[in-house]
Amino acid sequence: MDFNLSLGAFNDTKQFVSMDPSVVYDIIILGGGPAGLTAAVYCMRKGLKTGIIIRDLGGQVAETAGVENYMGYRYISGVELVDKFQGQVQEFSIGFETGATVQSLEGGPVKKIHLEDGRLFQAKAVIVTTGKSWRRLGVPGEKEFTGRGVAYCTTCDAPFFAGKKVVVVGGGNSGIEAAIDLARVATHVTIVQFLDTLTGDKILIERLNEFSNVDIIYEHEVTEIKGDASVNTVVVRKRKSGAGKDINADGIFVEIGLIPNSGFLKGTVELNEAGEISIDCACRTSVPGIFAAGDVTSVPFKQIIIAAGEGAKAALSACDYVLKGE
Amino acid sequence: MALFDQKIQDQLKQVLGQMKERVNLVFVTQEFECGSCSDTRQFVEEITGLSDKLSLTVYDFQKDGDKVKSYGVDKIPAIVLLDADNKDRGIRFYGLPGGYEINSFMQSILEVSGHGEELPVGIKDRIGKIKKDIHIQVFVSLGCPYCPNAVSTAHRLALENDKITADMVEASTFPHLANKYNVSGVPKIIINETHELTGAHPVAGFLDEIEKI
Repeated sequence: MDFNLSLGAFNDTKQFVSMDPSVVYDIIILGGGPAGLTAAVYCMRKGLKTGIIIRDLGGQVAETAGVENYMGYRYISGVELVDKFQGQVQEFSIGFETGATVQSLEGGPVKKIHLEDGRLFQAKAVIVTTGKSWRRLGVPGEKEFTGRGVAYCTTCDAPFFAGKKVVVVGGGNSGIEAAIDLARVATHVTIVQFLDTLTGDKILIERLNEFSNVDIIYEHEVTEIKGDASVNTVVVRKRKSGAGKDINADGIFVEIGLIPNSGFLKGTVELNEAGEISIDCACRTSVPGIFAAGDVTSVPFKQIIIAAGEGAKAALSACDYVLKGE
Repeated sequence: MALFDQKIQDQLKQVLGQMKERVNLVFVTQEFECGSCSDTRQFVEEITGLSDKLSLTVYDFQKDGDKVKSYGVDKIPAIVLLDADNKDRGIRFYGLPGGYEINSFMQSILEVSGHGEELPVGIKDRIGKIKKDIHIQVFVSLGCPYCPNAVSTAHRLALENDKITADMVEASTFPHLANKYNVSGVPKIIINETHELTGAHPVAGFLDEIEKI
C-alpha cells in the first residue's frame, strides 16, 4: 500500500501570516504552482512586502504522479516536489492565503485584487501565475453528467468503471495514458480522436497496442453525452462527412488538454488566441506593473522547470518595477 | 510486514509531533476480520505506535454491539476519533485511509488534538447556526488527489458543530454504498441522503448545500 503523504501541508506554518486587506503590498502573486512559489522566494529574498494568493497549492504538479525531468531529481513524486517548493517558501514570513479564488484584477498605480469571497487586496505590482485547468468538451450533457459518468481524473475514477464500457476523448499523451489505465479494468475502451492519428509518444502508443479491448475512432468529435441516472450513450460525429454515430458507454473520460486560468483578466490585460496572457521576454504583460509567468502565459512549452524559471524572471522584473519604477 | 516503511514512519512521527492534546482512536472490526479489516487494524496499530499522544481501543462489531451503536457505526472497518476527554467529535473513517487519504487522516488527528488554523469569522458563524442533524458522507478513492481536502472540510465541519457528523467512505471497500449513491466520480459528497455535491468544494460550498436542508 502506498501513502502519498504531503509533508509540506503539515509543516509548522507559523512563518505564514494571513494577508492584510488594509496594507498596500509591494507585490502580490496569484497562483501557487511552480511559477508562483518560485516568484515568492525571489520577492522575499529581495526584501519586498509580498503576499501570495493560492487556490490549489502546487497546481498541476500536485496531481502529477511522477516527475523525471526537474533537474536535481532523477525521480520525484509531484506531491513531494510541491512539498519541497512550499518548504522553501516557508523560510520567509510571507502573506499567504490558500483556498482563495481571484474574481478580478484592476490595473493602475495600485492594483486591486478582488476575491470571490468578497475580500480586496492591494499591491503596487502583481504577478499572475494561475496556470491551466482541464479543458472541457463544451457539449450538451457534459456538465449534467459530471460525476455520473463524465470524468476528468483517471487515477481518481478508473476503479468505478471496472467491467464497464468507456470512451476516452483525446489521442495525446494524457488520453493514451487514461486509455491504458482504463483498459486494465474496463471491458472495452473506445478512444475518440479528433485527428487522423494519435499524437502521443511512441512508447505510450506501443503500450496501448498491447491491449485487445481498445478501439480507436479517428477524425471524430463528441457532440453530445446522453443518459438517464448516469451516462449510457456518447454521440460522435465524423468530421469530414458529418455523419453521426452513437457509442454505447457507461463513462467518458475527457483528456483534451488544458485551458489557461485567465478568465478573470479579460478586458484587463492582453490575451492571445489561446486565452494565454501575452508576455514579453521579461514577463511583462500589456499593463504596467502586471507581470505573468508559467503555463497561463504565452511562453512556449509548458514544463515545471520552465514555469519555475519564468517565475524567477517575473519576480525580478516585478522587483525592478517596484524598486526602480521600471 | 509493516505497512509503513522507515521513511514514512519518520514523516508521520514528525507530523504527529505537532499534536497538542491526546487523541483516542476507536477501531471497529469483528472476530473473523475481512481483508480490509485486518489491513486497517494493522494501520491503526502502527499509527498508534508512532505517538505517545495516541491511544487505540478496538471494539468488535458483534460482541460490543451497544458501544458500537453508541458511535453510530454501521459498517466495518471503521475508525472513530475521540478527543482527550473521550468525546466523540463526529469524525469517522470507513475503510483504510491509505494513498492520498493519509493526509486527511493526519489532518483530522491534528485538529481533534487541538492543533488547527482558525476558520474565518463569517464561516464560523454560518457553521454555528446549523441546528439540524447533518450527516455528511464523502466517498473517495485512494488514488484521488482532490479527495483529502473534501474529507478534511467535512471533518472540520463536524469538529465545529456537534450537530454534524462526517464520514470518509472508501468507495471500493463499500461497493454496495457506492452503487446505492451512484458514485462514479470522486470526491462525491452525500448530505443527509437527500443532497449531494460532486468534486472539490470550499467550505462555503458545503455550507451552501447544508443550508438548503
